[in-house]
Amino acid sequence: MAHLSEAAVAKINGICDRYVDEKTPLMMILSDIQKEYGYIPLEVQELVSEKTGISVAEIYGVVTFYSFFSLQPKGKYVIGCCLGTACYVKGAQQVIDKFSEILGIKPGETTEDGMFTLDALRCIGACGIAPAVTINGKVYPKLTVSAVPGIIEEYRNGGNNL
Amino acid sequence: MIKNFDELNEKISSCSVCLANKFAGKDNKRAVVLCGGTGCLSSNSQAIKEKFEQLIQQRGIDDKVSVNQVGCFGFCSQGPFVKIFPEDTLYRLVKLEDVEEIVEKDLIGNEVVERLLFVDPATKEKVAKQDDINFYKKQVRIALHGCGQINPEDINEALGAGAFQGLSKALKMDRADVIKEILDSGLRGRGGGGFPTGRKWQFAYAQPAGEKYVVCNGDEGDPGAFMDRSILEGNPLAVIEGMVIAGYAIGAQNGYFYVRAEYPVAVNRLRIAIKQAEEIGLLGDNILGTDFSFRVHIRLGAGAFVCGEETALLNSIEGQRGMPRPRPPFPAVKGLWQKPTIINNVETLACVPFIMREGAAKFAAYGTEKSKGTKVFALGGKINNVGLVEIPMGTTLRELIYDIGGGIPNGKKFKAIQTGGPSGGCLTEADLDTPIDFDNLVAKGSMMGSGGAIVMDEDNCMVDVAKFYMEFICDESCGKCTPCRIGTKRMLEILTKITNGQATMDDLEQLEELSRTIKAGSLCGLGQTSANPVISTLTHFRDEYVAHIVDKRCPAKVCKHLMQYTINPELCKKCSACARKCPVGAITGVVGKEPYSIDQKKCIKCGMCMASCKFKAIEKK
Repeated sequence: MAHLSEAAVAKINGICDRYVDEKTPLMMILSDIQKEYGYIPLEVQELVSEKTGISVAEIYGVVTFYSFFSLQPKGKYVIGCCLGTACYVKGAQQVIDKFSEILGIKPGETTEDGMFTLDALRCIGACGIAPAVTINGKVYPKLTVSAVPGIIEEYRNGGNNL
Repeated sequence: MIKNFDELNEKISSCSVCLANKFAGKDNKRAVVLCGGTGCLSSNSQAIKEKFEQLIQQRGIDDKVSVNQVGCFGFCSQGPFVKIFPEDTLYRLVKLEDVEEIVEKDLIGNEVVERLLFVDPATKEKVAKQDDINFYKKQVRIALHGCGQINPEDINEALGAGAFQGLSKALKMDRADVIKEILDSGLRGRGGGGFPTGRKWQFAYAQPAGEKYVVCNGDEGDPGAFMDRSILEGNPLAVIEGMVIAGYAIGAQNGYFYVRAEYPVAVNRLRIAIKQAEEIGLLGDNILGTDFSFRVHIRLGAGAFVCGEETALLNSIEGQRGMPRPRPPFPAVKGLWQKPTIINNVETLACVPFIMREGAAKFAAYGTEKSKGTKVFALGGKINNVGLVEIPMGTTLRELIYDIGGGIPNGKKFKAIQTGGPSGGCLTEADLDTPIDFDNLVAKGSMMGSGGAIVMDEDNCMVDVAKFYMEFICDESCGKCTPCRIGTKRMLEILTKITNGQATMDDLEQLEELSRTIKAGSLCGLGQTSANPVISTLTHFRDEYVAHIVDKRCPAKVCKHLMQYTINPELCKKCSACARKCPVGAITGVVGKEPYSIDQKKCIKCGMCMASCKFKAIEKK
């Protein structure tokens, strides 16, 4: 556990302890860790393995299977472009292409400065306001290609007030 | 704590009176009701609610007006909504800056704010009440009962709207009779398969007594469908009640909700509802003084579409990769942790309390011969009234699209409606008068699926749509079986070739052959149906495929490689707006002197020029 701070070890142990009474707690443990830290690196998986007795191979298999779990840290702002059908037929592909073009990253990647991660989301169920984009949970309804540069600019200028 | 049937009845009557009084304006107290579904929340409805609370307090009328947040109204394209009771006035597209006017004019001045009323697009008349709007007229709310009416975070309102009456009735019946009631209702699984719910219950009931489970499938993965989310957000207790009834019927002790992590609002409200039901004893040990005990747990998905497949879902709850299991054994025999398990979709369970409360006959009075009751559809895409609609089975597509949906926007022509998501297919003009039910849709080469209904107009390319679904499936294929893992990849390659204008007619043949192989050879339902969007578009729109392959032309002008943007020099006002917007400098000309033109070699077909031209001088060819 060379890279993990003591506090992190304690926190992750605590997360594992939440579910000691569950028969199969792995998904819940991983969800909580993902939520807490934004990613689940190998060291953390090893720790979870030690704590739960589930093999690292199995944990790694689960982490890489589900798109919500990430091996890499995500950017400060996670841009999720909905590519559900309702959004797609209303031009969501053009919207995500624009984000991709301006940020210089493909969906699934993070900008070098760690500011932005671009994700293609499957339907977020906000079809009434298609095409929809979420940035750190805030939903942008009926987004147009021409609105994209402005939004990125606002976040670059300290988007916390948004 | 509610310890027996009498106490429940007492509680229900007092809650019903409370709820009715609220809407009737008892004691001169008016109610402001706001939509708190995901769609409206993202259009600022939370801030609007807070502004109402603040202004109402400032004006000193807080003893005369209550502010309430409820679940989804369903009419998402007109949100956020504000309703005022007892008048039942519906304001739509309400913005933060409109709040003050509503407070001053309506709440204080008792005058309707005309400009915020819904305007019927056909008659141009203003409509003040929800029930008078065409979108709502043909709807029958069974699964959506309580949604947009009650506060989903207050169990008393749910009880006031009829919650737990069905359970109370069921608990007085024999288990077998409960199952019979569900069988008699004709209820079929709303998640896509359409399997008779009562039969599923029978199988699990027939297993030897012992550890059994009820699982609610809330992994609504079909892109474009959001009915399960809205039900969980609007009336979570209805689904919980349905689950408890199912648990009683089959002899289970525990129920699991498996909900997508993409639905935080729904998960939160479900948590609150479970906690409140536990607190008053409607979940837990010896419910209503009987010897039946039942506990409910929540499990979150983690973004894998395949987990909507029931055996994959079970694996996911068990902390494994969400890969399907071969069947048999069916989950009713060996399901969660190898114990007998029934898996029902959210909407299915939401229908159960109605059936128990009102009787199977009342449910079966709606629908067609083999598809009873109602179905919720998420109407989306190129349609005026985007939203959630619950209609009796047997309603025609024409009624759905034109009467309820209000037709296609911008005077465009209807082309197809896609139902059943990535497992379904599209229906065309010729099918508009088909009554919608499970079997009719299958006969027409599509399927009900979970109820996503995406409308497409003349500007949508059907090859591109098929490619979109294939990309989705390729991405979401779990990889366990070869036909799905590799077959869909090969199909996507061919579809990409077609949309790039590099395909030959031989490719088309191979596409069809692959479709058949994948259908016959895949392990789970998702794999077996993954070629459906291609098969169905090939059946109805073969000419579009041929146009891409032979003429190297995309009739809908969507596929980038097969279309061009050009500037009509006669319409060009030489303003340079397009040239300034072009991200790759492909447009040249001289301001005020020479009309602009596009260098096709440099053009990346992003469409920015067309969007920036005010004179409609730029055309797609």
